[in-house]
Amino acid sequence: MNTQFWLVQAFNGVSYGALLFLVGAGLSLIFGVMRIVNLSHGSYFLLGGYVALSVIATTGSWALSIPVAAIAIAMVGLVMERLFLRPEGQFVTIRDAMLALGIALIFRLWIGRVFPLMLPGATGAFIQAAVVVVILAIPVFLILRRISAVAIETDTLRQVLLTVGFAFLFQQAALDIWGGNNMDINPPPLLTQSVVFGGLFLPAYRVFMIAMAVIIGIVLWLVMEKTRMGAVVRATVDDAQMARGIGIDTNRVSMFIFALGAGMAALGGVIGGAFLGIYPGLDFEMLPLAFAVVIIGGMGSLGGAAIGALLVGLADNFGKALFPEISYFTLYAPMVLILAIKPTGLFGRE
Amino acid sequence: MTSTLRQRLTPLLAGTCIALGLGMAPAGAETLTIGFLAPMTGGFAQVGQDMVNGFQLYLDQHDNKLGGMDVKFIVEDEQAKSDLAVTKAKKLVLQDGAQMFIGGLLASTGYALAPVSTETKTIYISSVPAADDLTQRQFDKYPYFIRTSWTSSQPHQPLGQWACDQGYKKVVAIAADYAFGYEVVGGFQKVFEDCGGKVIQKIWPPLGTKDFGPYIPTMKADADAIFSLMVGPMSLQFPKQLRGAGIKKPIIGGGTSYDEFALPFMSDEVIGDVSALHYSAAIETPKNEAFVKAYRAKYSKVPSYYAENNYTTAEWIDETIKKSGGKWPGAEAFIKTMQGIKLDSVRGPLVMDDMRNPIENIYIKKVEKKKMFGYDKDELWNTVIKTYPNVSQFWTYGKETFLKQPVYSKDFPPCKYCD
Amino acid sequence: MTTQTIKIVAVAIAMVVLALLVPRSGNFVVLLATRAMTFAILAMSLDILLGFTGLASLGQAAYFGMGAYLAAILVAKYHVGLGWDFWLVVVLGILCGAALAAFFGLFAMRATGTYFLMITLALGQCIWGLAYRWSSMTGGDNGLNLGARPDFGLNLSDPIVYFYLVFAFFGASLLLLYLLVRSPFGLTLMGIRERELRMQILGYNTWLHKYVAFIIAGAFGGLSGVLWAYTNGIVTPETVVLTTSVDALLMTVLGGAGTLIGGAIGAAIVFGLREYLSTLVPWWQYVLGAIYVMTILYLPTGLMGIPARVRQYLRSNREQAKKKLVSVPS
Repeated sequence: MNTQFWLVQAFNGVSYGALLFLVGAGLSLIFGVMRIVNLSHGSYFLLGGYVALSVIATTGSWALSIPVAAIAIAMVGLVMERLFLRPEGQFVTIRDAMLALGIALIFRLWIGRVFPLMLPGATGAFIQAAVVVVILAIPVFLILRRISAVAIETDTLRQVLLTVGFAFLFQQAALDIWGGNNMDINPPPLLTQSVVFGGLFLPAYRVFMIAMAVIIGIVLWLVMEKTRMGAVVRATVDDAQMARGIGIDTNRVSMFIFALGAGMAALGGVIGGAFLGIYPGLDFEMLPLAFAVVIIGGMGSLGGAAIGALLVGLADNFGKALFPEISYFTLYAPMVLILAIKPTGLFGRE
Repeated sequence: MTSTLRQRLTPLLAGTCIALGLGMAPAGAETLTIGFLAPMTGGFAQVGQDMVNGFQLYLDQHDNKLGGMDVKFIVEDEQAKSDLAVTKAKKLVLQDGAQMFIGGLLASTGYALAPVSTETKTIYISSVPAADDLTQRQFDKYPYFIRTSWTSSQPHQPLGQWACDQGYKKVVAIAADYAFGYEVVGGFQKVFEDCGGKVIQKIWPPLGTKDFGPYIPTMKADADAIFSLMVGPMSLQFPKQLRGAGIKKPIIGGGTSYDEFALPFMSDEVIGDVSALHYSAAIETPKNEAFVKAYRAKYSKVPSYYAENNYTTAEWIDETIKKSGGKWPGAEAFIKTMQGIKLDSVRGPLVMDDMRNPIENIYIKKVEKKKMFGYDKDELWNTVIKTYPNVSQFWTYGKETFLKQPVYSKDFPPCKYCD
Repeated sequence: MTTQTIKIVAVAIAMVVLALLVPRSGNFVVLLATRAMTFAILAMSLDILLGFTGLASLGQAAYFGMGAYLAAILVAKYHVGLGWDFWLVVVLGILCGAALAAFFGLFAMRATGTYFLMITLALGQCIWGLAYRWSSMTGGDNGLNLGARPDFGLNLSDPIVYFYLVFAFFGASLLLLYLLVRSPFGLTLMGIRERELRMQILGYNTWLHKYVAFIIAGAFGGLSGVLWAYTNGIVTPETVVLTTSVDALLMTVLGGAGTLIGGAIGAAIVFGLREYLSTLVPWWQYVLGAIYVMTILYLPTGLMGIPARVRQYLRSNREQAKKKLVSVPS
């Protein structure tokens, strides 16, 4: 175990940490602003990767897939936040309508097992299905309108469980849309080579991951620290009630942050997809790691997420290299200790 | 009165049906109820789908009949959980009256299902789970268990011989850290070292590792080749990251590292990598070519070993029922008959050994980019470069000698040459 | 008082119906009911924390796994627990679950709210890591096989006999936990759930109360784990994964937190969908996901809360009607 070994391991740990930062930073911001523990964050990561695969398959452009995936999943996050996590006004109606359609769809699947097909051809079948769904959805919608949904903004546990429910739904939907094969994103050839630096072989892709994380981290930091918008977000993290009191629209802040967080997770999915692969189950594999980052760094702190990601990346890397027998322990045991000593994480605030 | 009426009407009805070309099961024809356990939702859903597709293809090609019996094929989603597999197996036996259940994916599921077969006196055909001991040291516990696939170490014992024959002296092994990985590496190491080679290091990344960053730098530099055993998504990332780190040594892989389940999604850096398994989609026999084409036409995928093993399982059942006179002979007799069947299958000649595991060809395969079977695109194929014919799970050691040693594990064979 | 009596009578009737009906409805149903009841004990143990103390734990699988692995290791490695010593295994399982909770509680009790959720998640993952990696003890990924069930005059290999045994454990757990939450101790817990500070000012040692509740939940978690091991005959790391903890949490919320029996109802529904509906249709996961989302959005008090919601709805309707009557100008 010479210097070279330590250098390469440190480099690997840092590059893994860079990927974790992309996932963890969004989760941390969402928690800071909305106090929501978002268990569907891993799904955004996976969905981002899948969208990128579709973009690459149709256009052949890897570079294009990065922004498309990030924006598409940010939209998914936006819809989820507006309709389900913080619904207000006409969004409640839209949410009820969407749920009614979903339930009607399930009913139709059930009816479809016994109900004969009356219209001919694929188009006919589709029209028939659509008509049946809409007809079924109307009474469900009317019933849902009568039952007033109970606000979940104040109930952490129900928010957590709601995001779990969505994680399950996303998982099944991804399986039905993209299939269950283990896939891989192939970046341009330039990034698959290795850079030789002082006798060390450094895979170019890892260098790229670090660069991406640093650039995004700096941009985010500048936005948070130097712009008005950033100041508004920080005020909301510190004290949402007070922020509302001085006229900040915290509702819009939370919408913006949730979409940003989802988009960053998707970005991580595209970048990480070339490094980890894209396959069903990746969502629930990334989730505990993202949480480890946020827990160690402290929720709601960008700097904390960076430090947390670096620590988790290095702990994971050196733990596996030096103590392979207890490699999961080296990840979760420090987490328990940090939480026991400082429940809010290293940089978290109450 | 009613019965006489029915008796009188039956031939009439049957006659009408035949005349109309509808076809109808002859009166008194037995149905063969086959329960099939595979993950259909969750992370392993596609593997489960491959398994079902293989079996279903055979049924479709044979009018949904095996050995003349009509087949009721019931697929149950075991969600890759062994406790649920047990529940679903019992459901198949107790509620659906299945005469046999097939499948399961993970080795742990195999271990969980085998006792169910003993308990319910129902046949369990393991068409995928490869845990060595089920047909070795625990054989006596499971009289209704039969395997149509492979044991984990079976293809890798010949691979050890092959690696030795290539003149490799020192090999570093990197393998997924669980029982399947131990058995694969154990088989390879035993034969390789008996032939004079040396495994100088064993690295065990946890199952599901995708970032090999921590492991690649620890590999000893003086190895001639790298033996890898990867499963699922690991298969895609390991070769990519190894080459990315500037290591150009030859890779010899365990079966699942380069199986057709993962191969189509790999990129060109895997060309030239060698692996061993009891099946390759690129076996150049008419029977395999027909199978690959039929499978691909129907499911637009090259068949993986999961698909082929289940296709062949269906064929094996078909032949067994035929030999039993086209009717269900009862579980004991079925096992006995099935053990005596010699099959000329898609993957080559098959025969059961006396511990109910197939003796089969093992193929040493090299990844090449080429056109095959008339498909017009250049694709990655596992070209067979050497065939070890009729390999038993005991390799050349003989049953008695082999069973005297413990099951392959992390510590057996011991790593004598790891500093 | 009266609604409470009605509830108790209803639960008692449901239990009798369950005991009479299930054994007559075919072997698969018996098996499913056995599995669901085993898990129901875990869900009820979690309800002590979630519903009565206000602590949402994401690590209840740890104690479940502790019990299950204890039973599996004793049976598979030491051949203890296949006769009368079955009861010894049960007692040991309860004690080990409690001991593990006593140890983990020292860490977990320092946090509250979301941070409690996180720290229990991390603790649960530690146990999973051990189950998965400590292969010499746990059999690693292959898991451990128990083989036949115990036979001590009562032959537990008979599914019906075993069903009644688990039923008895389930009934006893329900009764004990009910007595617990009705006791002064349980009332104190509920006081802590509502407002911890007030209880502190009143002179209660709230930390100790919560800690004891945590240990009790661990003990019942251990019990359900032991039964789970015997039910399935195999224990694998899959028993201890994060989703087991999430499942227990969802079942409790689905049925209604703070009602005890709600956990059992949630368990019955989740097992019914996942294991029975999945034998009928391939899209069962959408149904499960939809039920979760709907329950969380529209039924904050779970399925057990439906009667109250209906009553409330009717009352508000009546009041509106009254208002209309009053406001009609004469």
